[in-house]
Amino acid sequence: MQGRKGPSVLQPFYDVLKLFQKESIEVNTMHRFFVYISLIFVIFTTIIMLLGGDILLALFALTLGSIFFVLGGYASNSPYSTIGSERELLQMMAFEPMILLTAIGLYYGDKSFFIKDIIAAKIPSIVYLPGVFLGLIYILTFKLRKSPFDLSMSHHGHQEIVQGITTEYSGKDLAIIQITHWYETIITLTLVYLFFAFKSPVSHVIAILACIIAYLLEIVIDNAFARAKWQFALKSTWVITGVLASVNLIILSFFR
Amino acid sequence: MNFSKKSPWILHYDGSSCNGCDIEVLACLTPLYDVERFGVINTGNPKHADILLITGSINEQNKSVVKQLYEQMADPKVVVAVGICAATGGIFSECYNVLGGVDRIIPVDVYVPGCAARPEAIIDGVVKALDMLEERQKYARKKDK
Repeated sequence: MQGRKGPSVLQPFYDVLKLFQKESIEVNTMHRFFVYISLIFVIFTTIIMLLGGDILLALFALTLGSIFFVLGGYASNSPYSTIGSERELLQMMAFEPMILLTAIGLYYGDKSFFIKDIIAAKIPSIVYLPGVFLGLIYILTFKLRKSPFDLSMSHHGHQEIVQGITTEYSGKDLAIIQITHWYETIITLTLVYLFFAFKSPVSHVIAILACIIAYLLEIVIDNAFARAKWQFALKSTWVITGVLASVNLIILSFFR
Repeated sequence: MNFSKKSPWILHYDGSSCNGCDIEVLACLTPLYDVERFGVINTGNPKHADILLITGSINEQNKSVVKQLYEQMADPKVVVAVGICAATGGIFSECYNVLGGVDRIIPVDVYVPGCAARPEAIIDGVVKALDMLEERQKYARKKDK
């Protein structure tokens, strides 16, 4: 915008390294505990996914991690954190059905929930799941915490709810939240990857390219849109992902 | 290595300022000066901030607010008083409810002169404050050992 240079690409890493050197203010013991347990579940999910494990188990562990994070927001009793937690729950209500539909759609390919079977299929999932993939792209904005759906803990909305769930966190705890978010980014892009990877080794290169394109697309969307109201976020997500994914799955059921 | 210099997060508080200095503080964030390229974030949350930037003098109304904001910030932290009002009370120093500069309430590390302080001077003050922040970081680590 207007020839601005902006911070370096490494800025988030500098921020986290700085936060590790700062004091962590403890509101109460549970408040901090929830952040660390959330990180453990997210790491667990990442390990399952990268080892080619059960996608359903991975996604349920991810949801559990998110729930602990929301509880952390409630635990501080700060009004800003509470509003952030409530918005986070609404966001989860909006995108969780689509995450499950993605897992169900991927199951249709090889009749297996295991990631190692999905990426060893004869044809890539994107061929018979274009609707499900578009639905996943729509909810990517929630998972990567980008505008227009960054309702719960946006950096930019500091006049409105300060920082949402993260309001009461400082120092190391805030750094842990950021690291948890990096893991979530890896998990979400792995889902994109699954749609493109199949038996051929070249497809894995294409899948990585698809992940990069999806991430860049999200950055463009982030810069192009203002934040949406929660009503719009919830309704539009349910309508768009519901129609895209269920029509796709219904058509698929006729062919198989 | 010390990373506070790479990502100073600033909390800007407007005391009983005439808004002259506040406009200059915000001017630092515009594309002309663009301090965000050095990792500066103008945060609204004291718990996330490293630097407390105060414009305007302290009065009976904002005395407790400034004190509370300072206490809520995580260590290490520094305070920058921007403009002559924040330094001594300035033109308002003899008003019936004005107590004087920011240093009447909390310890101030850097004073930025001017009425209104120029964006260049404010950036200079923040850079000076970063040196002190680094110093405090080192001291805190030594104390831990």
